[in-house]
Amino acid sequence: MKFAAPLIAFLALAVVLVLGLQRDPRVLPSALIDQPLPMIGSPLLQQPDQRFDGVQLRGQVWMLNVWASWCGPCQEELPALNVLAARDRVPLYGLNYKDKSAPALAMLARFGNPYRSSAVDADGRVGMDLGVHGVPETFVIDASGRIRYRHLGPVNSEVWNTKLMPVVKALQ
Amino acid sequence: MIGKLAVIVVWMLLQGMGLAQASDGDIALEARELKLAGQLRCVVCQNQTVAESNAPLAADMRNVIRTQLQAGRTEREIVDFFEQRYGAFVHYSPPFQASTWLLWIGPFALAIIGLTVLIAVLRRRMAHAEPAPLTEAQRTRARQLLDEESNL
Repeated sequence: MKFAAPLIAFLALAVVLVLGLQRDPRVLPSALIDQPLPMIGSPLLQQPDQRFDGVQLRGQVWMLNVWASWCGPCQEELPALNVLAARDRVPLYGLNYKDKSAPALAMLARFGNPYRSSAVDADGRVGMDLGVHGVPETFVIDASGRIRYRHLGPVNSEVWNTKLMPVVKALQ
Repeated sequence: MIGKLAVIVVWMLLQGMGLAQASDGDIALEARELKLAGQLRCVVCQNQTVAESNAPLAADMRNVIRTQLQAGRTEREIVDFFEQRYGAFVHYSPPFQASTWLLWIGPFALAIIGLTVLIAVLRRRMAHAEPAPLTEAQRTRARQLLDEESNL
């Protein structure tokens, strides 16, 4: 009986700490949720004479995937993105982050290109405006041009079906 | 000949002064850059500041700090710039806000609770500290022991 209070206090602390251990400290909420998508005025990877224009995409829910050819998980997610974006007819655009165009184009040629177009962010400044920590990252942008969701890490069919698509469907 | 030498020496002195001035400015800028970078967290390698980290993102952030300082932005504006993009987490020393008050106040609150409990327990012990009076048997025993001691 004498030890009941310390025991309960200890168990409560243990539960709090165990719950804390389950959390991934790398998963941070994006500071840009519900904020307008920053201006991405950079040239397109495939048509360098044209510029990416986010304003033209207003009126639809779309996804922006930040990728690079030097990033292994980006290669891994490409086949999944190819199948899933086509299946669910979600407009998927890319941001080629701190990359060179030759290897970037080679990677798309090899693994397939899931993007309607990719904007070039050679120096990473657009990525910084988006608060990108590391590639790959995937943003869901609503019809008014606001960022509504961010996924860190590669997309597979589970992430697509359980995280990204519910957000897209709710916004559509 | 001497005239030529003098011209060269004066030219070299001027060059040296110019260099010294430029590097003074550079050193001041670098010091401000490092000071700011030391206040910001590298979001990739979370327990390092932007100044300490070797991550490419931290290098980008240092470059941005430098260009913004050169453009005359204040330190407050530069920190806000990063906070808008990476959230309050980017402060290496977290600001006092709804999600961090427990972090700031918690240790002091725990210390106060601990001290209060300690004082309460000690007071109670002091109150019960009055020793019970010795029984007659104990008294004789004690006297015997003391006598033995003095006889030695």
